[in-house]
Amino acid sequence: MTAPPEVTGSAADADPEAALQGMPKKAIQGRSLGQIAWLRLKRDKVAMAGAVVIVLLVLVAIAALLADRVFDVVHPNEFHQDLIDTENGTLAPKGALGGMSGAHPLGIEPVNGRDILARIFAGSWISLLIASLATLVSVAIGTTMGIIAGYFGGWVDTLISRAMDVFLAFPLLVFAMALVGVLPDNVFGLSPEMVRIGLLIFIIGFFNWPYIGRIVRGQTLSLREREFVDAARSLGARGPYILFRELLPNLFAPILVYATLLIPTNILFESALSFLGVGINAPTATWGGMLSDASRFYTMPHFMLWPGLAIFVTVLAFNLFGDGLRDALDPRAR
Amino acid sequence: MSTKTESAAADRRVGDDLLVATDLQKHFPIRRGLLQRQVGAVQAVDGLTFSVRRGETLSLVGESGCGKTTTGRLLTRLIEPTGGKITLDGRDITHLSMGSMRPLRRDIQMIFQDPYSSLNPRHTVGTIVGAPFRLQNVKTEHGVKRAVQDLLELVGLNPEHYNRYPHEFSGGQRQRIGIARTLALRPKLIVADEPVSALDVSIQAQVVNLLEDLQNEFDLTYVMIAHDLSVVRHVSDRVAVMYLGKIMEVADRTALYERPMHPYTVALLSAVPIPDTARRENRERIRLQGDVPSPINPPSGCRFHTRCWKAQEVCKTKEPLLVDLAPGHQAACHFPENKDKVTTSPVG
Ligand SMILES: Nc1ncnc2c1ncn2[C@@H]1O[C@H](COP(=O)(O)OP(=O)(O)OP(=O)(O)O)[C@@H](O)[C@H]1O
Ligand code: SF4
Ligand SMILES: [Mg+2]
Repeated sequence: MTAPPEVTGSAADADPEAALQGMPKKAIQGRSLGQIAWLRLKRDKVAMAGAVVIVLLVLVAIAALLADRVFDVVHPNEFHQDLIDTENGTLAPKGALGGMSGAHPLGIEPVNGRDILARIFAGSWISLLIASLATLVSVAIGTTMGIIAGYFGGWVDTLISRAMDVFLAFPLLVFAMALVGVLPDNVFGLSPEMVRIGLLIFIIGFFNWPYIGRIVRGQTLSLREREFVDAARSLGARGPYILFRELLPNLFAPILVYATLLIPTNILFESALSFLGVGINAPTATWGGMLSDASRFYTMPHFMLWPGLAIFVTVLAFNLFGDGLRDALDPRAR
Repeated sequence: MSTKTESAAADRRVGDDLLVATDLQKHFPIRRGLLQRQVGAVQAVDGLTFSVRRGETLSLVGESGCGKTTTGRLLTRLIEPTGGKITLDGRDITHLSMGSMRPLRRDIQMIFQDPYSSLNPRHTVGTIVGAPFRLQNVKTEHGVKRAVQDLLELVGLNPEHYNRYPHEFSGGQRQRIGIARTLALRPKLIVADEPVSALDVSIQAQVVNLLEDLQNEFDLTYVMIAHDLSVVRHVSDRVAVMYLGKIMEVADRTALYERPMHPYTVALLSAVPIPDTARRENRERIRLQGDVPSPINPPSGCRFHTRCWKAQEVCKTKEPLLVDLAPGHQAACHFPENKDKVTTSPVG
């Protein structure tokens, strides 16, 4: 009949008929699709490695956020001019390997001697915060718009779909640069840094919602035709019940997957903006900003390595995890 | 599959009309372009007139795409009719708003065609079968959970499977879950849309038997949809044969199977295996020519004329009306079969 979903290997699970007939009379707890997906995900080594890296990154980001304020370890913005070789005029760090030492494990930057590890750590929370909050904004707008377009169809769908096309065709980078240029540094009495972070979250999140919107719209369109929606309506269910109780639970999986895959895109975007100087203002450390700084020491391009690696590893981890999540939640195994 | 005896049908007090459809129509508009202008219509259901008597099983039979599901969805008012009239228990429900329709939904329920699509994969069996109570605000004596478990037992499922999810069940079991949900509100009329066509042949009979048992137990009236005449042979009291959105023939089961009048019915019957070898000998297997024409642009006159071996000129221009050719036996054909036999042999 149906291909039973691939779950743990016991014979009872492989055949639903057998499982149901020879069951002991105790209360039987069903296994939801979510639980099955989790079992599958746990066996996916690559995805789990991605997950471990993400968890570590989040811990580092939280620690860096707190350390910046609370403790005074090596400060990411602290200059170490004494470690800079000023004699032959290159302003490179003293010593081999970019000034690596016990105190500065990844070395220090040329010219002003800031600690690279401290700056990588400090940049992590900005990258992750902006990328994940922007993703949240995209998910909120995209899910709402997608579900409305897919469920109501007709001219509503046409309108929203065209709007999505417009947003996707928008020259986002140019717009971001223009907007950042005209915005005052002090809004609502917030610090300039907070204003910038908020602005970046808004820009990135607001212009990326069509990616989520399209997925949700497509899924809603196909779910709407499923007979369980008719079944609910034939029992007298109203629109909100169908949207929230019948459709939304089926949309969680695709939304989760695409949100996970949107985060790395947003990290790259934030880095690009910071690299171009329209992201977070100096001297606050960001990975994109560090890349930009390193590119200016053109005699020593190897200082691009560390921020570049940080971006690469983070993006890779999210993508691997997202792909694993997609496989685990494969809707074909319904 | 147990044969429904005449007396069993009589026991269920087949009575007055529970549901009447008059000239029922559903045209799905086809829209194109940016402005979504209507460029045509799928005439899925195009003028059905029939009644369903209390306690009987009326079967709607026809090839794929002839509008059976659409008819079911019209009767349960899942979609708005384009034209015509539906009365349920004497009340006109044709254009009732969704709000006014809500309380009436207890009386008319639907079993869906595809047991894989009719159960929400994210809901437990308990949620699915309990939904009718919650949606209709029905108070249950011992709580929703008990009520659901009673229903599961009624349709032959283990009540302990309350917390399981649909994907853990086979097709037949899923269809039983769907049947349990339909029964929750104790409806008068159930529209069963090809309830077994998606199931293994070995399981089909079990589910059909279950439906029969439930009919006897709860005095249910069925509109049973099927795509061939063999499946419903034993469960029907009356059969309506549909072709391209129209009814071609309606008759009591015996009359329809023994003395079909419409050439289309004759053709459908010739494809049904018959156990009686003597009769099989002198029966020709009629193969219909060509495909079913599109319901967007149905043939003029008699819709069946493109495939009918008896078609004459008149069939292309003049549409035959569905008229009584014998007591309780209606057909829409200019040149019906078996008409002479009716006059010589008594009906029944
Ligand atoms: N929502 C819709 N919009 C447009 N056309 C539709 C819609 N629903 C059904 N149709 C069309 O109406 C016709 C009748 O469809 P319907 O589903 O009622 O057929 P059916 O007899 O149930 O067929 P099957 O045996 O395949 O289930 C088909 O041509 C179908 O394509
Ligand atoms: S009316 Fe003509 S075409 Fe139609 S079924 Fe009768 S004989 Fe055939
Ligand atoms: Mg159908």
